[in-house]
Amino acid sequence: MKVTFKIWRQKNAKAGGEFKSYDVEGLTEDMSFLEALDHLNEILVLQNEPVIAYEYDCREGICGQCGVFINGRAHGPHDNMTTCQLHMRSFTDGETIVVEPWRAKAFPVITDLVVDRSAFDRIIENGGYITAKTGTAPEANAILVGKEVADKAMDAAACIGCGACVATCKNASAALFTAAKINHLNSLPQGKQEADKRVLEMTWQMEEEGFGSCTFTGACEVECPEGISITNIAEMNARRAKAKWLG
Amino acid sequence: MLDSKIPEGPLENKWRNYQMKSQLINPANKKKLNIIVVGSGLAGAGAAATLAELGYDVQCFCYQDSARRAHSVAAQGGINAAKNYQHDGDSVWRMFHDTLKGGDFRSREANVYRLAELSAPLIDHYVQQGVPFAREYGGVLVNRSFGGVQVQRTFYARGQTGQQLLLAAYSQLYKMKRAKKVSMFARHEMLDLVVIDGKAKGIIARDLVTGQLKRFAADAVVLATGGYSRVFRLSTLAIGCNGSALWKAHKKGAYFAAPSFTQIHPTALPQTSEAQSKLTLMSESLRNDGRIWVPKKKGDARKANDIPEEERDYYLERRYPSFGNLAPRDIASRAAKERIDAGYGVGRLKNGVYLDFKHAMANFGMETIQDRYGNLFKMYNKITGVDAYKEPMQISPAAHFSMGGLWVDYELMTTVPGLYAIGECNFSDHGANRLGANSLLQASIDGYFVLPNTINNYLADALRENQPNTDHAAFELAENEVRRHIQKLLAVNGTQTIDHFHRELGKVMWQECAMSRNKEGLEKAIVQIQNIRTAFWNDVKVTGGFQEMNTELEKGLRMADFIELGLLMCTDALQRQESCGAHFREEYQTAEGEALRKDDDYSFVSAWAYDKGNFKLHKEILEFENVTPTVRSYK
Repeated sequence: MKVTFKIWRQKNAKAGGEFKSYDVEGLTEDMSFLEALDHLNEILVLQNEPVIAYEYDCREGICGQCGVFINGRAHGPHDNMTTCQLHMRSFTDGETIVVEPWRAKAFPVITDLVVDRSAFDRIIENGGYITAKTGTAPEANAILVGKEVADKAMDAAACIGCGACVATCKNASAALFTAAKINHLNSLPQGKQEADKRVLEMTWQMEEEGFGSCTFTGACEVECPEGISITNIAEMNARRAKAKWLG
Repeated sequence: MLDSKIPEGPLENKWRNYQMKSQLINPANKKKLNIIVVGSGLAGAGAAATLAELGYDVQCFCYQDSARRAHSVAAQGGINAAKNYQHDGDSVWRMFHDTLKGGDFRSREANVYRLAELSAPLIDHYVQQGVPFAREYGGVLVNRSFGGVQVQRTFYARGQTGQQLLLAAYSQLYKMKRAKKVSMFARHEMLDLVVIDGKAKGIIARDLVTGQLKRFAADAVVLATGGYSRVFRLSTLAIGCNGSALWKAHKKGAYFAAPSFTQIHPTALPQTSEAQSKLTLMSESLRNDGRIWVPKKKGDARKANDIPEEERDYYLERRYPSFGNLAPRDIASRAAKERIDAGYGVGRLKNGVYLDFKHAMANFGMETIQDRYGNLFKMYNKITGVDAYKEPMQISPAAHFSMGGLWVDYELMTTVPGLYAIGECNFSDHGANRLGANSLLQASIDGYFVLPNTINNYLADALRENQPNTDHAAFELAENEVRRHIQKLLAVNGTQTIDHFHRELGKVMWQECAMSRNKEGLEKAIVQIQNIRTAFWNDVKVTGGFQEMNTELEKGLRMADFIELGLLMCTDALQRQESCGAHFREEYQTAEGEALRKDDDYSFVSAWAYDKGNFKLHKEILEFENVTPTVRSYK
């Protein structure tokens, strides 16, 4: 299999970037998309060129470190899938594949396809936790959580923090990411004590980081590898309004 | 002489006795003490957060862009705890015994007992942190079984238990970061340990964005850097997982224990091509309901669903009737290898076995199976394009967990005073084979409960010493060594890529030092790896520069250490002339092909010291006062 990769190259955060084309042969349909890039990098090394920087770690769709824009879509052509789970069988022989980094004001490019997503960490830092020091917990079954509640919390908690929701949103909004964490914790009895504070602080930080507002286009839930529903955002907004106006 | 510092008293009182006698530090003094934690998985994040809560000044490092990426995130199936919620005869003692036996009696009784003892409060902790564990309709916690045990003691959050526990630890950590009790250094990789007057006093790290080398001083250094099975190249681990921090510590004096004890996981997806970079794991929990089989006919070309029931060989159920598909991992992997090698493998490359849910779906209905394993089936479909609700999965053994690691005493301190190793990077509780769902457990127990209650016993004395300072000559020396090492690698300018050498090393390690080992093969492997090392340093090519983000350079530095680590692993496997757990020496097996342990000669932990490129063996004799080591039988 042979493809042409058109890849964004950018030396560092301050430098300008540009697309460069690479014709790559010797690929197979069973290769993952990232393995195809690995293959290209080996070719570049042997041609004495610096490798293309892109992110990955677990390569099984759970760590959230990988993520690039492929042919105009976050994580490539499929819905609800990470870049590392994408395989070359999803492309046709001879195809040109355009690869770009996430584009968002709050995710500055570091180099090539690598962006800085530390804004997500700072949102979590501002309330995305339950305050309970190690050693202070009561007996586990003393806190009952019904199956439906636990399942719903788990649906939201599944977020892998990849940033596809931001990258695909025309407003570069982090509403789905933020809502997922708020709803995970606020729907559980353990999270109730800090519920109002949490929703106010996390959403405040979200805006502080320069993410845009949500206009409910629904683009995010299509790309979210965990399929986290956009209804989470509505729920977050309701929780926020309640915390703000009713206290 | 290795002093494991096991406390006095009966097994069930040892931890309490230890805590009563260990030195304490008053809260005002704790903030004067700095602790470096390298790694941010369950062990590292749990330790860093808890130490910060206790009042210490903590610096935490990870090579990823955020602590939330650490590979604990990928553990699927669950975490064990002796809660006995299922009323099925579980207890701390039984969990202790299962773990010790599962490890084929090659771990320390006192450590294993403590692991079981602290498992129950750990579940309490995670529930309080908001981990959405699976629940019954009435609201209580659910359990399931894992390999090697006959009770239900595994807690889980769908097939994403590791993710949920890690996110809890990560958010607890970043809460402390916001409180300015933890300084977080993401995208930083430790490249050397700094030892002053025989004590660990800091690290040299490379900022992976700027390429700059930086010095960090501390009163104690904690390594929580995970496993090193990427030495096989193809493994279930994250691509960035590496053994470099351990290897640098080993070279600076920390003994490396049981380096060759590697768990080969029975249920990963089979390799499909040479270009493959990793083997995706399918959770062991699938063996609760899935049945493993191969065709009875050699090289049967029919599709799985076309092979009638009577022509299927459910070999685990046949060989191990009492544990069946839930036999421990080492046994299940070896049994798969035996069938594949004998020519019964399935799939395009004949390198897999079937994992079939047909019966489970007939018994419980598709909805139940979907509820239990939905995300795993989805993942399987994404990777292979196959619908496992309609035809069986194909699975194959893959390099997974490192039971081996830095040797630690009861306090989790290595042989370098002030240097601790926690989680997968130490050798402690799992012996020669780890039981499923004990990995998240051990990482968490080490990080949250043990280390924060042992490090004080060392740091109480550190208060009277000079504050560590990065201007010290030892930092200068270490930084210069690291710089020279990097420059040397960049200067080779040969003709082969790093991945080329990694593939070569991986092949040797998988062939000779994985599921089945023998003297001749290991001796050959040592020579082959020495040759790979020579070729690497003469012919590798690393492009890009030093003072910039250079992912190829990162890979190259890890690779250089993997080669040396591979040598030690083969040396260790060669030295141990017995079979135990995952270490199966072909010369030592029973007539039925089961592992033959030799307790008279090998009831010890092999702890290797580094001496200018040579390895010297030290032994920690294992004494069993509470349990009599028996022949491990799952028949």
